[in-house]
Amino acid sequence: MDNWQSGSSLEGLKQRAELLAALRDFFRQRAVMEVDVPLLGRSSVTDINIESISAVVSGNSGYLQTSPEYFLKRLLASGAGDIYCLGKAFRDGESGGRHNPEFTLLEWYRLGWDEHQLMDELAELIQPLFVAQDKPMATVKMTYAEAFTSVLGLDPQDTALVNLQELAVVHGSASWADESRSNCLDLLFSLCVEPQLPAGLVFIYDYPACQSALAQIHSNDKGQLVSRRFEAFINGMELANGYFELTDAVEQARRFASDVQQRAQAGQSEVPVDKHLLDALEAGMPACAGVALGVDRLLMQLQSAGSIAEIMPFSWDRC
Amino acid sequence: MANYSTNEFRSGLKLMLDGDPCSILENEFVKPGKGQAFNRVKLRNLKSGRVLEKTFKSGESLEGADVMDMDMQYLYNDGDFWYFMEPESFEQHQATENAVGDALQWLSEQDVCVVTLYNGSPLSVVPPNHVELEIVETDPGLRGDTAQGGSKPARLSTGATVKVPLFLDQGDVIKVDTRTGEYQGRVK
Repeated sequence: MDNWQSGSSLEGLKQRAELLAALRDFFRQRAVMEVDVPLLGRSSVTDINIESISAVVSGNSGYLQTSPEYFLKRLLASGAGDIYCLGKAFRDGESGGRHNPEFTLLEWYRLGWDEHQLMDELAELIQPLFVAQDKPMATVKMTYAEAFTSVLGLDPQDTALVNLQELAVVHGSASWADESRSNCLDLLFSLCVEPQLPAGLVFIYDYPACQSALAQIHSNDKGQLVSRRFEAFINGMELANGYFELTDAVEQARRFASDVQQRAQAGQSEVPVDKHLLDALEAGMPACAGVALGVDRLLMQLQSAGSIAEIMPFSWDRC
Repeated sequence: MANYSTNEFRSGLKLMLDGDPCSILENEFVKPGKGQAFNRVKLRNLKSGRVLEKTFKSGESLEGADVMDMDMQYLYNDGDFWYFMEPESFEQHQATENAVGDALQWLSEQDVCVVTLYNGSPLSVVPPNHVELEIVETDPGLRGDTAQGGSKPARLSTGATVKVPLFLDQGDVIKVDTRTGEYQGRVK
């Protein structure tokens, strides 16, 4: 019918253009260099929860990148200094009110910073955008355990797995009875905790060690192993994910191998491990913190949109 | 029945859940950035009518429910069952009082209803949206009082009680909207 037209209003498109310009401006003023890395790679993430879209390139298999992370880390290891990338990313099977298979991602890295310094910078980036729209927001920081316990009354790490599974069955369905700790936590956090998060900009940090992905791990003051990972939420919507980055090539290779094994067990598609990234870590990546932010989600919040299709010129349904 | 994966979920799809047929009302894709994707689904249990919310892992499959809606003519009841007939094949189906449910109070013989079949047996019955029924009991009518508001209860030939204007009398035939139970007008 009218699917040839933009899903976003023309005013919305203008706001998108202004946002992209404001983001670039922010980093230019702070001497963070924009890098323009490939969207098409010969390998991709092995993460069991992220599916890449495959391509055929001159008869060889390729992948649309699910984030610029590995290319950016190779540049960090090459001595590029503070860098950012503002561009597209692709994830297969992700489609819904807050997801589109192709989306705009902002990712940046700060040398010698930890995750808390990066959270501060993220707040400095976000807050003025909302102030400019007369929508000033509070900023709140809390640990994953604090947020989880305040809503569910349980410690996410000390609680026995069987008890988490029981709770996940109550809130989800019978299909969670045998799930891993990480999957049960994801379900309970998304279903129960996120809707109760305070309004405004909320940082959740010190994720359980089982949800580390590419973050370093340290001990919290209760002696539990937690990952140096954080997420930012605006009005309960997940916006950004950041790490105090893992720089240890041996540990990274171990996590890749574990991913590959889990993918095989679950019958998921085989993805070649990115050897260039491992070589880069081997050569030495400087200590840094990095974060990826969903630009479309940010626009949804700025425009108070109900679905991602309303703020994209052409969501997948219109492509 | 075929199995349906979460990526085929859409509203109206009929699935088996905990042994009962259910119909999907809403389906929402949820995915934490680094976590397992799942589908939050709102379903109506077609047996009990209750609405429930479940969350499934994305990629999981559920068995489809053998449920279909069919227009059928209501024939009669024998005290235990209500009998309905498929207009094309003349095949008859017997529905329990539970399946007929609230439709009971509106059914006249020959009415064409929507019967929901589950594994070939009637699971629920939806009466026609509008029925014409005779008033069998009400207070005497006030002749000439056709303009004023005000209403009184009237019992109909099928057993339903509806509010009608004061001027109507026993023996009058009226039109009723079965979805709201409201009086629509006098037929004769």
